[in-house]
Amino acid sequence: MSASAKPIANARSGTGIPSARLITWWVIASEIVIFGGLLASYIMHRVAHPEWAESASHTLTWAGALNTFILLTSSLCAVLAHQAADSHDGPKAAKLLRLTALGGLIFLCVKGYEWTLDIREGFVLSSGGFWSFYYTLAGLHGLHVLAGMIIMLIVAADAAKNEELQRVECIGLYWHFVDIVWIFLFPLLYIAK
Amino acid sequence: MSTHVEHAEPGIFRKYFWSTDHKMIAMQYLFTGMAMALIGGYFAYVFRMQLGFPNQYVPGYGIVTPGRYNALVTMHGSIMIFWVAMPVLIAAFGNFLIPLMVGCDDMAFPRINRLSYQIFLLSVLVLLSSFLVKGGPFGGAWTAYPPLSAVGSYNLTPAGATLWLVAVALEFVAFLLGGINFTVTTMNSRAPGMKMYDIPLVIWMIVLASIIFMCSAGPLIAGAVMLLFDQTMSTGFFDPTRGGDPLLWQHLFWFFGHPEVYVVLLPAMGIVAEIIAVFARKKIFGYKTVLYTTWAVGFLSFVVWAHHQFVAGIDPRMANIFSITTLLISVPITEMVFLYIATLYGGSIHLDTPMLWALGFIAEFMVGGVTGIFLGSSGTDIYLHDTYFVIAHFHYTFVPIAIIAVYGGLTFWYPKMFGRMLNETLGKIHFWGTVIPFNVIFIPLFITGTAGDQRRVYSYALFAEQSRPALQHLRLTSTIALLVMLSFQLIFIFNFFWSLRNGKSAGANPWRSATLEWTVPSPPPHGNFAVMPTVYRGPYEYGLPGGADDYVPQNVPDQAFGDQNS
Amino acid sequence: MLERYLTAASTYAHWIDYQFLLIAVLVGFWLIVAEGMMFWLIFKFRARDGRATQYITGEETHLKRWITIPHILVILCDIVIIVPAILVWYNIKQVMPPADETVRVIGQQWAWSFQQAGPDGVMDTADDIRTVGELHVKVNTTYHFELMSRDVVHSFAVPSFRLKQDALPGRTISGWFRPNRVGSYDIQCTQMCGIGHGLMAGRIIVETPQDHAAWLLHNSTPAVAGQQALPSPSTVGMDGLATMAEVRR
Repeated sequence: MSASAKPIANARSGTGIPSARLITWWVIASEIVIFGGLLASYIMHRVAHPEWAESASHTLTWAGALNTFILLTSSLCAVLAHQAADSHDGPKAAKLLRLTALGGLIFLCVKGYEWTLDIREGFVLSSGGFWSFYYTLAGLHGLHVLAGMIIMLIVAADAAKNEELQRVECIGLYWHFVDIVWIFLFPLLYIAK
Repeated sequence: MSTHVEHAEPGIFRKYFWSTDHKMIAMQYLFTGMAMALIGGYFAYVFRMQLGFPNQYVPGYGIVTPGRYNALVTMHGSIMIFWVAMPVLIAAFGNFLIPLMVGCDDMAFPRINRLSYQIFLLSVLVLLSSFLVKGGPFGGAWTAYPPLSAVGSYNLTPAGATLWLVAVALEFVAFLLGGINFTVTTMNSRAPGMKMYDIPLVIWMIVLASIIFMCSAGPLIAGAVMLLFDQTMSTGFFDPTRGGDPLLWQHLFWFFGHPEVYVVLLPAMGIVAEIIAVFARKKIFGYKTVLYTTWAVGFLSFVVWAHHQFVAGIDPRMANIFSITTLLISVPITEMVFLYIATLYGGSIHLDTPMLWALGFIAEFMVGGVTGIFLGSSGTDIYLHDTYFVIAHFHYTFVPIAIIAVYGGLTFWYPKMFGRMLNETLGKIHFWGTVIPFNVIFIPLFITGTAGDQRRVYSYALFAEQSRPALQHLRLTSTIALLVMLSFQLIFIFNFFWSLRNGKSAGANPWRSATLEWTVPSPPPHGNFAVMPTVYRGPYEYGLPGGADDYVPQNVPDQAFGDQNS
Repeated sequence: MLERYLTAASTYAHWIDYQFLLIAVLVGFWLIVAEGMMFWLIFKFRARDGRATQYITGEETHLKRWITIPHILVILCDIVIIVPAILVWYNIKQVMPPADETVRVIGQQWAWSFQQAGPDGVMDTADDIRTVGELHVKVNTTYHFELMSRDVVHSFAVPSFRLKQDALPGRTISGWFRPNRVGSYDIQCTQMCGIGHGLMAGRIIVETPQDHAAWLLHNSTPAVAGQQALPSPSTVGMDGLATMAEVRR
């Protein structure tokens, strides 16, 4: 019942992959299907509606590019945090994780600024097919960034005390996944015009 | 025991509602699922009464208006699939059996498991709250095709539609969390020595079902987000006048919806495999072949979805492809059923209640299987699509799955869950009182469907061909049989609760079964195994030549029996 | 076989009926074999004192035969089913025989309305005949239909013709039928379309050429055509609601 007593089941590793990493992969797999469904729907509609290119031309490519850069940089921090955790340097890993989360925060701020500009120009969720997909895809992705940041800060708090260091790698994996989703979104939403 | 720090007896809330013990979570799922089954069954009673006695007062409900009728059939379908079959077959049996049968003390991630149930409970509450809002619960069929489901002025249940959608999405999240946990536990936490082909079939099938669910639910979750925005934020994802496409939802829905059939079928097949092996005292005929066919079914289930949409306005050429894949999926399923029947050969068959249910499952499921051929072959589906033939067909699959196999599993594992035996006589009465009326309900519906009765219609008064007296007699027969079947369920409920206190004490292994869950006391203590088991053989070693007993449990070393067969 | 339960009133109704019969015979045979086998095994191998169970893994070749051979036969039957099924589908849904007449079918909550050319034989002219809930067609005439929906997904089904096709908003879906028996038949909506779904009935009336010509002439005078004009969706909706209010009482 207590949180500290982990079941034996958790410690076993029939596949050779630690359970924590394995479950992270499965979570990512199920997320891939969700984003896959949404992206496939978007691509099919986009192909069927060449006129959406006009709407797409109003997206702020510089903001998307800046965010791509920010996310990639934060992913680098996540990798470094993993390295630090591997060498059992919990406090350093925590510091790097917080830096990664800061990247996420900047990403969301840029996103917020960008959406404000979009909305001021009159492009809202219901302004047409392209904009619906634009806000839904980026919004769902943004929620994942937010969730990742929160989990990351919790993991960092533990890591600072040198506890549960295996989680540093897992949240890193998740962060890379969020990053890769953005790598798909950026060309599809901003560059394809 | 040695591995767990013993705590003071926790309070009622912590014990029953905040537990991370897989067995308690299984009970939570089981009882929630059974409560939902009562609601779903009540709805079936109400709308069958309306069909049997059109426009008359239904005792315990009142007058069934067209709008309420739609809500009743929609809720019956949604509840029975999402809130009965899924929680009971996958979550309850999965939670209870996986750690016990793979030989570990709990799920790999007990707190994620607890979270899964809590989200599920939330989805139940959201769904039930839709009964209280203005306009009542959603009535646009469990398939929720837009634009009907997307636009409040079309469905006239705007609040109910949104709550239904949110409830379904939450339910999906709950089962994604649960399924991921099942998969990781089975992959990683098996007892030492338990190789891939030593895993009992029921565990294989629950895990494969979870993986199929995981791969198929994603697009529908995405679709649910889009539909939610269409409902509440006036987007136009499914609105053709604004560049959307109503067919997109149908594809997303059935890309999930068809694999979902196998998501609930596989655990049922697994339960039946366990029971048949034990009560025929036989090794499963071709264990590996059963697994291969399961994989084939799992794979093929992803490429058949558009057979639900033959006449939906898709490119007619697509129907040919999906017709072929649909008939292809009958190949592995046929093989699987043949293997189950072959398992009986050379056995020593004891017809205890669980075995009756298991054999009943096979006998009835075959009817459901072969009638699917009529619908999968595109030519005849033009006529039969959305008629009662479809209803009868999928109830001949879903009732064996969600009712017959579940009763089989419950009567089989009841001694393990609660430490006592169910009453055998009452069990047999309940079996015959369920299976016979079940056939009397749905055989007439095959006929009314063949005669052109379309689905989801509250009264056939306006349709001259459908209001022939002969057809009404068939509908009435079906309604009366339903009443009989429902009343026989009281016997089960009585038996279930009466035996909790008064049943014979079960002992650890009343059925002389070889799998790991029967090596621990009934009910299993917290932490399950006093000494963590090691596995030496497959799960179905019955009738081993040269053995002292007619079976060898999985955790008994070879030397103890001196056999050469492992 | 199907005709025993419902009249067949179009040319392709028989194709579907024969396909149904073919499947019924083949799967019926296998169902009986499999169920019979199962019950025989249950009886033959019922528990008896002193009889040991056989240890069979299912990998013995002489036993596997008993699965493999029937299974191959089942697959052959699958092929026997699927080929004509696709042919039936192909001839009904994929190819359209040349049209003698065209009719437009419009679904809306909760009524069917129809538009067909008047005596001049041309669609979308002043003498077009528009009807609600009732479609008059000529026997032994190939009709093409253009199916559309004003609001939600409906499904245009004429069970006696073995005809069914969903109507999607935003699209026009074409199909055909050729009635071959005079009479009056049900039109159903077979896709859940809201609270009036069970009220969305219609009739299709198959007439001899003489009767049809008379009907055409009678209905195409401007005055009558005006009366028969399509009511606005809201009126139909109100009618549906009114009917339902009666039912509630």
